[in-house]
Amino acid sequence: MSFEKFFNTVVSAWMSQEGPDSDIVLSSRIRLARNIVDFRFPTVFSNEEAQQIVSLFEQTFAHRFYRSVGRFELLKMSELQPIEKRALVEKHLISPHLAEDSPFGACLLSENEEISIMINEEDHIRIQCLFPGFQLTEALKAANELDDWIEEHVNYAFDEKLGYLTSCPTNVGTGMRASVMMHLPALVLTQQMNRVIPAVNQLGLVVRGTYGEGSEALGNIFQISNQITLGKSEEDIVEDLKSVVQQLIAQERMARETLVKTLNIQLEDRVFRSYGILANSRVIDSKEAAQCLSDVRLGIDLGYIKNISRNILNELMILTQPGFLQQYAGGVLRPEERDVRRAALIRERLKMEERKANGG
Amino acid sequence: MICQECKQRPATMHFTKIINGEKTEFHLCEQCAHEHSDMFMFYGNDDFSFNNLLAGLLNFPSSMKEMTASPFHSSDILQCEKCNMTYHQFTKIGRFGCSNCYRTFARYLPPILKRLHSGNTAHAGKIPKRKGGTLHLRKQIAMLKQKLQELVAREEFEKAAEVRDQIRSLEYQLHQRGEGEM
Repeated sequence: MSFEKFFNTVVSAWMSQEGPDSDIVLSSRIRLARNIVDFRFPTVFSNEEAQQIVSLFEQTFAHRFYRSVGRFELLKMSELQPIEKRALVEKHLISPHLAEDSPFGACLLSENEEISIMINEEDHIRIQCLFPGFQLTEALKAANELDDWIEEHVNYAFDEKLGYLTSCPTNVGTGMRASVMMHLPALVLTQQMNRVIPAVNQLGLVVRGTYGEGSEALGNIFQISNQITLGKSEEDIVEDLKSVVQQLIAQERMARETLVKTLNIQLEDRVFRSYGILANSRVIDSKEAAQCLSDVRLGIDLGYIKNISRNILNELMILTQPGFLQQYAGGVLRPEERDVRRAALIRERLKMEERKANGG
Repeated sequence: MICQECKQRPATMHFTKIINGEKTEFHLCEQCAHEHSDMFMFYGNDDFSFNNLLAGLLNFPSSMKEMTASPFHSSDILQCEKCNMTYHQFTKIGRFGCSNCYRTFARYLPPILKRLHSGNTAHAGKIPKRKGGTLHLRKQIAMLKQKLQELVAREEFEKAAEVRDQIRSLEYQLHQRGEGEM
């Protein structure tokens, strides 16, 4: 498969479109956890129950058109190759839990990959709407409408006092997790994240690195989400998250300005060195790639680098993960082989930009 | 290295404890480490997962006390009739077996939910349309009644009268609907 063809088939809309404040907020996501009355939760349900739930959704929703997002396709975990599952995880369309520990797991995916409905994960269904840029309100609206549409066909487990009943008591109530993915290189460079994270935590929100293990944030990409699902309405949760995100955006912009003012040439140097590494390296591990991509993206946002699309960070952060590299290679790769492939893929992608810039 | 507790068996577990910057090292054999496991919360916890953390939270002393206080409702026997999950199992797994568990374990839930959701124990968000009906109306009435009290307290009687009329009209609807459903 040619690079450009591969590339076009794996990039979802949210990765290549720009949304509001997309210099800092890469994507906004709403996830709703729902269960169906009369079935036991996936914690203890029988294989028959699991299959019944999959068939229910297959019969009711698969191949149906839903508004502008296109047709829904049902992907059964048992019928996918490990590499394919991994690629879906890396695109954030399904969770690692669904891919690895849910033998009767499935996913209803919209054609444009904006909506995915995980089936038989921790809850019977988890509706997820992913939008580019800072569009939490829009994502909530889309998720709510989809929720209403599904509700016309199934009976949700709901309690007057406790709200939507979920498998885990941490999700009960709204069953909603709202999150944004933010690129915060200047706050990291100026060592302000250590101060920001505890402050945000105190507000009932969680900050964590989107890629990488534990607290380490590969590529300076952080995910901020709500912790509490009970006692507040969906709109209030989203408004609270939005106000914190807006403040973070303002702080990141301020930190960027300060960096430009005080370290202009050093910053420019760093950006172009990273660009040099991405454009020329022959072996690169995911950590170095993530750091360089973050630098280049900052360089694009600050106007040091022109003629390269901003989305390069979102796209390449995902495409250079092991699952995608192996899908591109068409087979299993050892870690050293991946580093070679990763370097090649990044060079190809940058060449694609050059060709675009030269008008063909 | 010999275990610093029993001074007999070889030390196979090594811990570093840092409290207020003061570092203490422990070298213990497996047996002594197990006996002192309360000092080392990570010991023996191969699966330091979220659900284990949560399960720990569910076993919080206050809920334990409640359990032992009422011998006739021993939580070990408390079992969901729909999915057979016992309360004891729930505290271990940290997840419910089915929606009926919420009803079965209802009396133990408030302290858990408070801890997980910053003191909240009641849903304040979306209501499914299907369930909607009277529930929507009742929630609206409750909200308006609260508003009415606030308005009265601020002596805004004209507005309060409007709200009172709204409540009356909703209560009438509720009454009608209730009879219709019977």
